[in-house]
Amino acid sequence: MGMTIAEKIIASAAGVETVKPGDIHTVTLDRMMSNDGTTHLTIDMYHQQIKNPSIADPKKLIFIVDHNVPADNPKTAASQKKMRDFAKEHHIDFWEGKGVCHQIMMEHYVCPGELIFGADSHTCTYGALGAFGTGVGCTDFLYGMVTGTSWLLVPKTVKFNLTGRLRKGVYPRDLMLHIIGQIGANGVNYQVMEFTGDGAKALGVNDRMVLCNLAVEAGAKSAVFEADETALAWLKERGREPKHVFRSDPDAHYFKEYTFDLDKIEPIVARPDFVDDVIPAREACGIKIDEAFLGSCNNGRIDEMRVAARLLKGRRVADTVRFLIVPASNEVYIQSLEEGLIEIFMEAGAIVMNANCSVCWGSCQGVIGENEVLISTGTRNFKGRAGHPSSKVYLGSAATVTASAIKGVIATENELE
Amino acid sequence: MGAIFKFHNDLDTDQIIASQYLLLPSIDEMKAHAFESLDADFSKKVQPGDFVVGGENFGCGSSREQAPGVLKALGVKGVVAKSFARIFYRNSINIGLPVIICKDLPDQVSTGDTMELFLSEGIIKTGGREYSCTKLPPYMQAILDKGGLIASLNEAETASPAVSKDGGEQ
Repeated sequence: MGMTIAEKIIASAAGVETVKPGDIHTVTLDRMMSNDGTTHLTIDMYHQQIKNPSIADPKKLIFIVDHNVPADNPKTAASQKKMRDFAKEHHIDFWEGKGVCHQIMMEHYVCPGELIFGADSHTCTYGALGAFGTGVGCTDFLYGMVTGTSWLLVPKTVKFNLTGRLRKGVYPRDLMLHIIGQIGANGVNYQVMEFTGDGAKALGVNDRMVLCNLAVEAGAKSAVFEADETALAWLKERGREPKHVFRSDPDAHYFKEYTFDLDKIEPIVARPDFVDDVIPAREACGIKIDEAFLGSCNNGRIDEMRVAARLLKGRRVADTVRFLIVPASNEVYIQSLEEGLIEIFMEAGAIVMNANCSVCWGSCQGVIGENEVLISTGTRNFKGRAGHPSSKVYLGSAATVTASAIKGVIATENELE
Repeated sequence: MGAIFKFHNDLDTDQIIASQYLLLPSIDEMKAHAFESLDADFSKKVQPGDFVVGGENFGCGSSREQAPGVLKALGVKGVVAKSFARIFYRNSINIGLPVIICKDLPDQVSTGDTMELFLSEGIIKTGGREYSCTKLPPYMQAILDKGGLIASLNEAETASPAVSKDGGEQ
């Protein structure tokens, strides 16, 4: 029996020939990423609970302050200081205020064939480069930090065959929200989403990140694309080499297979308070909004900045709306500056913020108040996710969010023309 | 015997502990805010030995270990649901908080009911009925039995089986 990409990565990390779904293996981790959402607790546990504290390999660790940066109160500042000091003491790569953790990881670290633990649920993003990334809590992270290993239950792989091309005005985010709506919030719980087919192959790496990143919203343990020539060219441009390029065997076993025709996808909006509660965006048009957010590890890259700038050029953000634009990293920010996008945003009346998780995680500048409505390119729309528990979050593409910011009500790109 | 606090399907970890409390210095400082968005008095009402009951996909969303952490710190004896999202499930086992899959029980109970858990037998008694629960794969049960992943690491620093064939779903 052949193996899927995910199974091959796990077998390689476990040092065995073959694995099959349901087996539990001890794996050697290639990298471990932790951000300011939990690292202060991990460090406390390291000092207080580990009998013989030591770090297996500091070179495999990356600490990133991105969730609440710059700090908004003294307690946050103290938690981040703990992280900063620990990183310095143990010679751990440390990033602060330079971007959302997954964007930093993709720009600087992730390589095809690697097995990566991240103390953040959206670690599944790394599958865009043919790596196996999965989200863990701080105890798992701590165990990995101390031993260099972890235990892993081999997940089943589900094949998502993508055919055709997205039409003009429809984006990978619409596609992924559509897929999640179809399969549900636990549609692939504990499983791996493998994206394949001519539609998948035609997507750029940024677009693949959009798909892989949201896989956890359908319960996935990870998501993966084959590291094809598109991915390898992207990697080479950044001066990195793959660890392994794995391809799924022709006789690999898939637990389930889905096919999505990209030509049939239309702009999608997820309604409060569940990511899988999706409707065609046209059915949400007219709902009044108070704030719009463009950013996050899902949708804050240069592609989305360009979409927003194209729509904002010569137009203005509605007087009743705060439009927050938050590049996912400084690299994206600088590129946006160089392309003149930031100027367009500012002239249109948007608020451009430093690269960080921002309102996507609801504990940073930009949170919304009682009964307010946000339309967002963030990852989630759970109750209270962006601020007050009575507030509401709709999720849409960069185009839908920008068009809504201009109109003051939920709108699609088409309505601007 | 403990009281039941019942929650809905797809209960996400943001509801268990909201983002704005995650960077507080300790779980102890966070625990007063558990389930705040759904029941502002939850942390005052819950007693050590009580249970949280959910539906499908309990604990979906963020990987924040603070979610099972605050429940454990408040003395919650276990979480029972029809199914769990994987990160919450794994985090709970890692910190030694029992998570129990029971398909039939959640629809039959309400907040305020009481139940008794017999963990090693995989049985719950409530409302005059007995429910059997899905057993954990032995590898995970062993972690739970030792009080969590770090306790098991401290106990046998060289431990970790090369491979276990008796895994299984969740």
